[in-house]
Amino acid sequence: MRAWFGLIPLAFLAGCRNDMYDQPRYEPLEPGSHLIGPSSARPLLPGTVARSENRVLGAFDTGLSNGKLTEELPLKIDRAVLERGAERYGIFCTPCHGATGDGRGMIVQRGFSPPPSLHTKELREAPAGHFFDVITNGHGAMYSYAARVPTRDRWAITAYIRALQLSQNAHVKDLDPEDQARLAEIKP
Amino acid sequence: MPQIFHPAMNTVARLTVFGAAFGVVGTIVLFYEYSRSPFQTEVNVVREQPVQFSHEHHSGQLGIDCRYCHTTVENGPFANIPPTHTCMSCHSQIWADSPMLKPVRDSLASGEPLRWERVHDLPDFAYFEHGIHIQKGVGCASCHGRVDEMPLTWKAEPLTMEWCLDCHRHPETHLRPRSEIFNMEYSLPEREQNMVGKRLVREYGVQSGYYLTNCTVCHR
Repeated sequence: MRAWFGLIPLAFLAGCRNDMYDQPRYEPLEPGSHLIGPSSARPLLPGTVARSENRVLGAFDTGLSNGKLTEELPLKIDRAVLERGAERYGIFCTPCHGATGDGRGMIVQRGFSPPPSLHTKELREAPAGHFFDVITNGHGAMYSYAARVPTRDRWAITAYIRALQLSQNAHVKDLDPEDQARLAEIKP
Repeated sequence: MPQIFHPAMNTVARLTVFGAAFGVVGTIVLFYEYSRSPFQTEVNVVREQPVQFSHEHHSGQLGIDCRYCHTTVENGPFANIPPTHTCMSCHSQIWADSPMLKPVRDSLASGEPLRWERVHDLPDFAYFEHGIHIQKGVGCASCHGRVDEMPLTWKAEPLTMEWCLDCHRHPETHLRPRSEIFNMEYSLPEREQNMVGKRLVREYGVQSGYYLTNCTVCHR
């Protein structure tokens, strides 16, 4: 009789099922049934507006003002926006456009069609809305980044591109006299 | 008076004593070890995937940021797996004819998503919000290991309740500055980590261990 007690732990094994671990509900991106399609995350219907988006679309949402690409950045630019832009540029743009915007990023070095440098005269003179439009809708070999980069971040990236363009095309005489003096010291 | 027990019962008696001491303990140890072993937790076990994707190559060698594909990790409750569209933003041109990537091209053409096998799947009775962990200074590598060195993807940590609680009891032993979250190589010597960690707990407003180990934090 006693020897049988040793088998009691085995009886608990019979209770080992995973019903609670995997409950009959959908997790995000789980394969769906015939009712809801291939994935529990259903594709958005065309024209879907997120709660965080503006109902009445302005230059901020479309990059257009009066039917033309907007020249001005439609948001207040401060240090936080530029830092956000720099971070997002680093994540989404550097693989192809490179950290300086020269269009020689790692993926281009591995064979992707080289994008134009962001420092050409043409792109320096392009309206801000152009960059927003390219990020939103793609351009040439570049796919749309609208699904990956929210509207505000697209403008932050655009603002940072402006900063990059300035950084590569600045003149010494634009600097503060103090910085110019320091630069003169460094120069051999 | 005749002998009640046959001499062979001596052996049974010894076995019973042995069994009581080691059998029961042994069974408990066996269960304890089994539930923490890779058989159960799948740590270091590679999952079969529809495409042999290498994080080592994309993240480690090419230096693509985690967030290029996993866009919702910072703010979303669920750390997303990228849609086929993301893969194709490079592979429309690079390795565009590779037979290995055929499922990816087919997926884009048909709109049928790739069926990636989840590597990190928490039980459904555990509530988990990915974004808050990033916002409070938990680095990728703390839970996912050196993904940038994984040719195929596996779990680096067991994701058991015990493991979750280790950090929820002493968050200062694992927290890092927000600027270092996506730095896979970040690590500090233990003493320094505790100092930095304690500062970050205050700075980021991380709740005390008492609150973080409350049942309802994870089991809602």
